[in-house]
Amino acid sequence: MKAAAILIPLLPMTSFIITGLLGKRYFREKSHYLPVAAVAASWLLSMFVIVQVERGETLSWQIYSWIAAGNFNVDVGIQIDQLTAVMLLVVSTVGFMVHVYSIGYMKGDPGYYRFFAYLNLFMFSMYMLVLANNFLLLYVFWEAVGLCSYLLIAFWYPKVSAANAGTKAFLVNRVGDFGFGLGVILIFVTLGTLNYTAVFGHAGDIGTGTLTAITLLLFVGAVGKSAQFPLHVWLPDAMEGPTPVSSLIHAATMVNAGVYMVARSSPLFFESTTTMFIVALVGTFTAIFAASIALVQNDIKKVLAYSTVSQLGFMFAALGVGAWVAGLFHLVAHGFFKGLLFLASGSVIHALGGEQDMRNMGGLKNKIKITYWTFIIGALAIAGFPGLAGFFSKDAILEQVFLGGYWYFWIVAITTSFMTAFYMFRLIFMTFHGEPRDLKAFGHAHESPRVMWVPLVVLAVPSALIGLALGFPPGAGHIDSFLRPVFEEVLGAEHHFGLLEGGLMAFSALIGIVGILAAWRMYVIRPDLPVKTGARFQGAYRVLLNKYWIDEIYFALIINPVRALSRGLWRFVDINIIDGFVNGSALFFRGVGNLFRPAHSGKVQSYLFTMFLGLLVLLAAYWILTL
Amino acid sequence: MTPLQHYLALATILFFIGAWGMMARRNIIMVIMCIELMLNAVNISLVAFSNYMPSPVPGRGEVFVFFVFGLSAAEAAVGLGIAIALYRLRERLSVDELDGMKG
Repeated sequence: MKAAAILIPLLPMTSFIITGLLGKRYFREKSHYLPVAAVAASWLLSMFVIVQVERGETLSWQIYSWIAAGNFNVDVGIQIDQLTAVMLLVVSTVGFMVHVYSIGYMKGDPGYYRFFAYLNLFMFSMYMLVLANNFLLLYVFWEAVGLCSYLLIAFWYPKVSAANAGTKAFLVNRVGDFGFGLGVILIFVTLGTLNYTAVFGHAGDIGTGTLTAITLLLFVGAVGKSAQFPLHVWLPDAMEGPTPVSSLIHAATMVNAGVYMVARSSPLFFESTTTMFIVALVGTFTAIFAASIALVQNDIKKVLAYSTVSQLGFMFAALGVGAWVAGLFHLVAHGFFKGLLFLASGSVIHALGGEQDMRNMGGLKNKIKITYWTFIIGALAIAGFPGLAGFFSKDAILEQVFLGGYWYFWIVAITTSFMTAFYMFRLIFMTFHGEPRDLKAFGHAHESPRVMWVPLVVLAVPSALIGLALGFPPGAGHIDSFLRPVFEEVLGAEHHFGLLEGGLMAFSALIGIVGILAAWRMYVIRPDLPVKTGARFQGAYRVLLNKYWIDEIYFALIINPVRALSRGLWRFVDINIIDGFVNGSALFFRGVGNLFRPAHSGKVQSYLFTMFLGLLVLLAAYWILTL
Repeated sequence: MTPLQHYLALATILFFIGAWGMMARRNIIMVIMCIELMLNAVNISLVAFSNYMPSPVPGRGEVFVFFVFGLSAAEAAVGLGIAIALYRLRERLSVDELDGMKG
């Protein structure tokens, strides 16, 4: 188990170094061999680790002491428990499939080797993030995945929009990470240690105020990384990156880091009711907020991006009401079906030669059949169609929100549920059904190569079945018993599945189906309806289309004032005062130098004459003094 | 026997002639020759002192002189080599024109 645990991150790391150094010159279009092999091996090892954990074996291993300075001790260590195993399942599987898919998607790209090198670096960082056994290590790799995210969003950096999106993601994440960093420091100041076991062991000893401060700061980090309101603005822009990146980093793994971190710190969060309520509030609000934006977006990837933000909101809502297992269950299910949806949307974009606007699509159903059917499975899963993954995971959340007494959150969440089904099937009907709107692109459309559609099929399997496998029967499924040891102290008693729960479940399934039918009516039966509705509710439509002007608000409130201030500082303070001082001192020394310049005539004989005179003066002085 | 002062006077005159030539002459060959003159002035004084020591040990001062000979031979070889290289490069031998180090 130790060997497997250490090899899981080290294999992608090694591959990153080798591919990064030698790829450009030696591997070129063969650059994917080593990275894919490394990730495949990591996947196998992860499966092995998961099986071991399933058998009840966990691992807590101090590899070496990283920092030992007085009271400040940080180890580099690996901790594997049920929570880690669940994360490994998603990270390794989606990671492996995305690597395979990228062979086809990125074929012929001039940065082919670079892409795989970055992907491997990301896999290493993400594995270390979930394997870490203390907050500092978590923080380090939290930043490392952020770096990889930046590098991959701005992968096509000659494109200005891509470079800007990368910078935006980095800066917005910095806001969250700053909070997270402060939280980690506050933990250390309070408890004198950063080790998970030690910190959680003393969770009860921390005063309520301090604990609320710590958890809120940690949650700020989660809000940034998991793109929750108000720091969600970077994720939709991150779609500028290649689609496999959107699938791996911005849907299935990295954006889940915030959820993972809150779940990992459950003993701390559990103690603070204030924080828990804020987590639930932010989560629920983000869920409906992002879902409403997704209703009107026309870029296929933007719809999926806002959907991701919304689903992450669901997870936080679950964590906030204390439904820890349900939140993680949704994380797993969402990782699979959203990873699938992104890869499938990449396949659509690939088929149409780079077209992302759904208004130019349509009628692709029979042209790209595999993509279509896998897309349907993913969409049904996210819409909560009975039997598929999202049905069990989302209903677990809805049910626990309702049973926890948060009926107001439940109403918001069930509305979001309806919107989710609606916008997903709006996407499908606009893309695959109806008449082709761009005949030229439609004529060239073709199914993606096998290396791209096989990952779709592979990911469709867990998207369809993982709900049944892990979440059935509801509330007492395999994942409940599996994760129970991690959340032993923060989970209430198991509850029975009764008539109320069954009714809730049936109701939310019904809502999902109604959402699908509404989309069917608007986009297939009466294609004139969307335009009419848009015209009728013009105000609301414009608000949604412009994403509530959040970006514009940030520009007006933060970016432009800071820019103006910086410009003022540059024009006045920097140019006049700082530069004046530096240039002034240079001028002073130049003047002094000019005074003595003639002495250096460059003529050796004049130097000699000076020396001779000097000698004579010295001798004369000696003679006078000794007289 | 000639008194020591005579030798020293000769050495001093030779030395100052050399020093003046080194500072005043413009031809690099002449400068090198003047350096030789100064070295030999010192040699004369060394030999003279050696001879007038209260209990002269034969050859004590002369040994210095031989070292100075060896040194000046080497210095002349290097110096003349530089002079030839300079002449090939610039076709001039005037020290005044060699002011590349001017500040």
